[in-house]
Amino acid sequence: MRRIVLGASLFFTALSLPALAQDHPEIGQRQGQFNLIVHNFAVLGGMAQGRVDYDATLAQTAADNLFHITRHDQSRLWPEGTDAQSVDSTRALPAIWENLDDFVSKFADLQMAAENVQTVAGDGLDALRPAVGALGGACQACHQTYRAEAG
Amino acid sequence: MSKADSARRGRKPVVKLLGATAFVGAAAGMALWWVSAPEPLSAARLAGLSGDAQAGEAVFRAAGCASCHMGADPDADPMVLAGGQAFQSGFGTFYAPNISTDPTHGIGNWSRDEFLNAVMAGVSPDGQHYYPAFPYTAYIKADPQDMADLYAFMTTLPADATPSRPHDLGFPFNIRRGLGLWKAMYLDAGWTVTGDLTETETRGRYLAEALAHCAECHTPRNSLGALQPDQWLLGAPNPSGQGRIPAIAGPGFDWTHFDISAYLESGFTPSFDVVGGSMAAVVANLQHLDKTELDAIAAYILRAGE
Repeated sequence: MRRIVLGASLFFTALSLPALAQDHPEIGQRQGQFNLIVHNFAVLGGMAQGRVDYDATLAQTAADNLFHITRHDQSRLWPEGTDAQSVDSTRALPAIWENLDDFVSKFADLQMAAENVQTVAGDGLDALRPAVGALGGACQACHQTYRAEAG
Repeated sequence: MSKADSARRGRKPVVKLLGATAFVGAAAGMALWWVSAPEPLSAARLAGLSGDAQAGEAVFRAAGCASCHMGADPDADPMVLAGGQAFQSGFGTFYAPNISTDPTHGIGNWSRDEFLNAVMAGVSPDGQHYYPAFPYTAYIKADPQDMADLYAFMTTLPADATPSRPHDLGFPFNIRRGLGLWKAMYLDAGWTVTGDLTETETRGRYLAEALAHCAECHTPRNSLGALQPDQWLLGAPNPSGQGRIPAIAGPGFDWTHFDISAYLESGFTPSFDVVGGSMAAVVANLQHLDKTELDAIAAYILRAGE
């Protein structure tokens, strides 16, 4: 009898806990993808803001990387149930899955903005700055609607 | 003496007590009623103003009107102030009203004085209190001339006929008259950050405390929803969803002057994350200001954290 009670209470405790991140490796994997985007965006953003001097070779490499990272196929990175309401370790709002078409279209905008940066990255700071601004705008478009505030 | 007489005499002290209680209660009620009366701006503050729409656009951007009053759809045009965004709170849900130039559903019929009373005193044209979800608590510190310019600019914006949605608040918060007591306790035209400020810090304080109302989200509130000045800009629970609004002062905040100004201009954090959430609309407004204005806000933020 005692074992049944203990088993039942464990079962209900498990039900009431949010799912754990390790149940969803995709969360860490897609965060890795965004970290790599930041790793490269920092080079371009740093030049655009004048934190570091413009360097055509470094800018082109970072822009090439961003082009390729944003081409990574997303289809297995966003399974249902990996939203911030279901799992603690993500800031991906449930709105993503409620407006999947819009989310996909905003990701396509990001790809376009990355492609544009790649085209102009070697053409000097004046060409780079507006393209980096537009790329930041593409990031912001999703962050505004689909990302929760940090804990 | 008859039995009835003595009974009448015995009741008298109780009647007296009841009468006295009622009198004190009525006096207290009248005092509360008097204290809670909506108080518009003085004639002196409204006198001698003349609105300049072009100057008003910068005020509009700095004051962040569109962030709350544009439509609820994130892709809505920020110049169409149709209202409808929901703001959850411990008191219920506030819905930003239509403040477009529509004469029926917006503020197209308002005079400039009515506008200034709304924005700076939290009093509506029909003499009711507004809830402090509308940050007149900040705008009360503004220069009335700036608000006159803002009015002139807002009359140039398009009309939208979307009806305003009534707030959804529980008792007793749905009694607007009670806000008069709240105002008596918390509405303060003085600055929070005081002391010997440089000219740039002073300008930054004006922009941040009177117009941009940074503290409304970045400062925690007490149980009656008033900002806690001793926790100024130290971060707070997100008023409209999960997570926290970060601290922009205090030990955990290590941004430089360059970082803050660059963030308000570009939306890029010093580690090159890109702005999101409700701050995205703030940056979208502030990036229209002169860079010197953003530098002034940065100087103020650093000063406030000292």
